[in-house]
Amino acid sequence: MGSAVSQNPAATLDNESTPWLVQARGLMKSFGEGDTRIPVLKGVDLDVARGEVLLLVGPSGSGKTTLLSVIAGILESDEGEVRILGESILELSQSEKTKFRRDHLGFIFQQYHLLPTLTAVENAAVPLLIRGVPKHDAFAQAEAVLASMGMGERLSALPNRLSGGEQQRVAIARALVGDPQLLLCDEPTANLDGETGHRIVQQLHDIGKQPDRGVIIVTHDTRIFEFGDRIIHMEDGRVDQIQHGQEAPV
Amino acid sequence: MNYVALKMLFGDRAKYLMLLAGLTFSTMLIVQQGSIFWGLMTWSQSGITNVNAPVWVTDSNINQVEEIKPLADTTVNVVRSVSGVEWAVPLYKGVQRARLRDGNYEQIALVGIEASTLIGRPGRVLEGKIEDLRSPEAVAIDQLGVERLGGPENIHLGTTFEINDHRVRVVAIVKTQKSFQNFPFVYTTYERALSVTPQERRKLSYVLASPVSGVSPEELARRIHEETGLGAFTEEQFGWKTVQWILKNTGIGVNFGTTVLLGFIVGMAISGQTFYLFTVENLPQFGALKAIGASTGMLARMILLQSFTVGTIGYGVGVGLATLFGLTAGSGGRLPFKETWPLLVGVAVALLLICTVSSAISIRKLAKLEPAIVFRG
Repeated sequence: MGSAVSQNPAATLDNESTPWLVQARGLMKSFGEGDTRIPVLKGVDLDVARGEVLLLVGPSGSGKTTLLSVIAGILESDEGEVRILGESILELSQSEKTKFRRDHLGFIFQQYHLLPTLTAVENAAVPLLIRGVPKHDAFAQAEAVLASMGMGERLSALPNRLSGGEQQRVAIARALVGDPQLLLCDEPTANLDGETGHRIVQQLHDIGKQPDRGVIIVTHDTRIFEFGDRIIHMEDGRVDQIQHGQEAPV
Repeated sequence: MNYVALKMLFGDRAKYLMLLAGLTFSTMLIVQQGSIFWGLMTWSQSGITNVNAPVWVTDSNINQVEEIKPLADTTVNVVRSVSGVEWAVPLYKGVQRARLRDGNYEQIALVGIEASTLIGRPGRVLEGKIEDLRSPEAVAIDQLGVERLGGPENIHLGTTFEINDHRVRVVAIVKTQKSFQNFPFVYTTYERALSVTPQERRKLSYVLASPVSGVSPEELARRIHEETGLGAFTEEQFGWKTVQWILKNTGIGVNFGTTVLLGFIVGMAISGQTFYLFTVENLPQFGALKAIGASTGMLARMILLQSFTVGTIGYGVGVGLATLFGLTAGSGGRLPFKETWPLLVGVAVALLLICTVSSAISIRKLAKLEPAIVFRG
């Protein structure tokens, strides 16, 4: 397996590229109109291999979160192309993108975004309920994932009764319960203490290292850099620097 | 996701109760005011419904049942001569003054019915026999009359009082629908009604008629009008004519209409605003659901389910409270309160509209929601 990052918009995507989980080419994105138009992505190429944990780092406003949103198919890029699992996600209709995210992607948010009136197990089961899995089966699967993350005793707790670390573990369980191939994480440790953050990222790392899986983590947290196979430094809408970790898949 | 939608609704206790209170209040206000309004309209037609005749014949310029325009005595025979008339009888109707034993006066609605057939008699006799009206000085009074003229301890079968200085004797106590003016009904024979009322050239108030078999009341009313030039109406037509006159010439329609509209607007405002707040406060969560893979259609269904669930509960509680009000405040006919199924259907439709509009505002917000907001810390 290999991984590569370039800034060459002319680079082409390899349609037969089974080793790649994500391939992005020439991504450009601006916000605003006319004089107030602000370019946020200025031609980003990015590949993520299967079994890779990729960290996207950089100062605020460098375009990390925008890049993550474009890769996830929840934000339209102005130019460029993104393939996930060989599927050109930007060419899909809105409903197809929604279905694609539902079936293949998992999300972990900085603010967790758990539904406050649902218990831990109910929150974790939401992606399965969206897929139409019967409630009983969905809860059973969510329970199993939560138990595997050490949350077996907190299944019935509402989010406001959980600590930040516990909430993030519920959010991870929610991201994993649908067995997604690509996990997209936005500042997963931002609201956690060092020890809890370390444990959470260790779990994400273990998930990402599984075959046919991949994890992209947007972070400012230098304490977790050790978990990345590659660390992509972004600056002003471009990839500024690529740092290979010790466990790079190639 | 229905489960999630309902958990979101019931889990946010404060907003749920606010929504429920708004919809309940709205329903209760509309049902209560609508029922009182329709009760009043029913009372306004009691002069017609208490008599129970298929066709009413009167002056062609009549506006409503309480507006008596006396006819010539020969009118009865004129009506009888119209083809399709099975029978036609005279009816006296007018407000008179009764003098009680204690010297007090009370206004009454005197109804004089033809002695031989007793057509126009009340539907239900509580005490005595209506046939005894044929005996000298006999009158029948209704339950309100018993109350107004001295109470059950003073007014019973055999009690005497005076109408325009003419002594009359109670031979029956009957049940009637209260009137809009709230005068007690006193029944007697047509001839006795003429004898106890002040002298006038014309005293015939109405001619009641019935069609022969095969002719509808509508058809008979049309024939009578065309052949005699008199005003002729079926019971239903005359009732509506009376209601229309009241709506046009009194402020009742506007007053009740305003209150009902207010109930509708308050319900719409409270539920719409609360629902919108509920959606706005949960935007990140809805955004997360969108990002995870919930379609806009799925979120719209969730919102609609929440809206119609709380709407159904609010409707049930609101109708229940209004009915309870009607049963307590309106017991014994003290308050005009008539809760009809068309009103309940109408309120259900109004509530459906409130819920739909409230949901639509939220759904519009969700449809425009970019799931990318979930990545903005």
